[in-house]
Amino acid sequence: MRINCPHCGVRGAEEFAYHGDATLRRPAADAAPEAWADYVYLRDNPAGRQRELWYHAAGCHAWLVMERDTRTHEIFSVTPARDVALAGGGDVA
Amino acid sequence: MWADRYSIVSVLAQALRGQQGWKPVWREPEPKAEYDVVIVGGGGHGLATAWYLASQHGITNVAVVEKGYLGSGNVGRNTTIVRSNYLLPGNIPFYEHSLKLWEGLEQDINYNAMVSQRGVLNLFHSDGQRDAYARRGNAMRLHGVDAELLDQAAVRRMYPHFDYDNARFPIQGGLLQPRGGTVRHDAVAWGYARAADRRGVDMIQNCEVTGIRVEAGRAVGVETGRGFIRAKKIGLACAGNSSRVAAMAGLRLPIESHVLQAFVSEGIKPLVDGVVTFGAGHFYVSQSDKGGLVFGGDIDGYNSYAQRGNLPVVEDVAEGGMALMPGLGRLRLLRQWGGVMDMSMDGSPIIDRTPVEGLYLNAGWCYGGFKATPASGWCFAHLLARDEPHEVARALRLDRFASGHVIDEKGVGAQPNLH
Ligand SMILES: Cc1cc2nc3c(=O)[nH]c(=O)nc-3n(C[C@H](O)[C@H](O)[C@H](O)COP(=O)(O)OP(=O)(O)OC[C@H]3O[C@@H](n4cnc5c(N)ncnc54)[C@H](O)[C@@H]3O)c2cc1C
Ligand SMILES: [Zn+2]
Repeated sequence: MRINCPHCGVRGAEEFAYHGDATLRRPAADAAPEAWADYVYLRDNPAGRQRELWYHAAGCHAWLVMERDTRTHEIFSVTPARDVALAGGGDVA
Repeated sequence: MWADRYSIVSVLAQALRGQQGWKPVWREPEPKAEYDVVIVGGGGHGLATAWYLASQHGITNVAVVEKGYLGSGNVGRNTTIVRSNYLLPGNIPFYEHSLKLWEGLEQDINYNAMVSQRGVLNLFHSDGQRDAYARRGNAMRLHGVDAELLDQAAVRRMYPHFDYDNARFPIQGGLLQPRGGTVRHDAVAWGYARAADRRGVDMIQNCEVTGIRVEAGRAVGVETGRGFIRAKKIGLACAGNSSRVAAMAGLRLPIESHVLQAFVSEGIKPLVDGVVTFGAGHFYVSQSDKGGLVFGGDIDGYNSYAQRGNLPVVEDVAEGGMALMPGLGRLRLLRQWGGVMDMSMDGSPIIDRTPVEGLYLNAGWCYGGFKATPASGWCFAHLLARDEPHEVARALRLDRFASGHVIDEKGVGAQPNLH
């Protein structure tokens, strides 16, 4: 798999660290324990398109939000996580 | 009946008849309208469950519904290692029960599964790692499991060709479980299927479950490519696809699907007698009866439902192998493949009821579920038949994540790509 980092260009996937589902939203600090258990442990785990977090560990050190098909590994978009957050994507980590 | 039983007599009789008299090992029935139990997934765990439902609980109005062919999933893709060298109390009795069932399996199902207790050796490369393995070995012995801590000289006698004085990862010794070993994976699927079929269980192949019908909070049957099948109870054993199938009943699971790869080299003369794991990276190896070295390493590291692996992990596995046994570099790789597994959030499995009445879950086996096959089937059958967990599977609950009773064998927390 090759990932097109918005800062560094197309790089091998081995330069990146994976951090899973980017659509999870951290509950409020005083949310019910169930909400926290959901957030920490439960996943949609879709077969198909997924928005996920990647970290360019051996490159520019940017956090990225990538949309990828988990069945084919086709990548549709790679966006700096900061831009996603600023555009209203919310708490992406 | 005796003619259907595999034995020296049947083998000799067939030899005299030119091998013309063997019968198909299981029937290919049309699905009935209703069963007492429908098991979704014809892998090792689903088939073992069917066998123990029939043989231990007398429940034979059962169907195993499989989307491909029996054994097309991970049961036919794994590296065949069985062991019970666990650390935590929630795990050890369960895996030891499994190893005991392996020891009697071939007689129980009348099938040669090539159970080979050739020993599993985990190497250590530092003082700290020696301490950790001594602790693990002691925990095993406290549970009545066999374990021996070996020093370097003892390991050297067993495997003279390892790189003991490797500059970065010198081999200091190892933790040996002599009763661990390998089992012919396909034969496990075929043997359980044949045994269950002979008790009347229907094997429904090429039949994908596409929906779970829930009426008033109760699961009443499955929608399939071959029509609706009504069931009093439904057991899910869909390793790798558990999240997708559970979602059909509105459930979200503490699971991510990841790919694990395996490799086989060209065949060579006997070189690796047992199973060996490298302790300083992700690499483990054994030798098949055909002579090929069978080895593997870490998961690819990101969610995937593609049954194929990536190249960086191939490189990583090869580097681990070279650090352990440099001679490996002279061998050619014959085959490489991948399987999709349920990585649970604490690295341990789930055998439990679900919030949906009549729906039972067997999932989260990560990359260690082959060794669990007999105990998983045994305990899942117990749960399905009696509606209460089996003694050795009590800790494998679905709600342990919310209640804080995780079984985190590696101590890395909720990161499925680290287990
Ligand atoms: C490369 C590799 C190496 C491994 N090595 C080892 C090892 O050395 N030791 C060890 O203990 N474990 C090992 N494992 C893990 C082990 O293989 C699995 O944990 C175990 O096989 C899972 O249980 P199973 O046999 O029931 O799974 P599977 O054989 O995968 O069975 C699940 C079945 O469910 C079916 N299914 C899925 N969705 C549906 C649906 N909607 N409708 C109908 N059917 C469906 C699938 O087609 C499949 O046949 C390894 C795994 C891999 C991939
Ligand atoms: Zn970058």
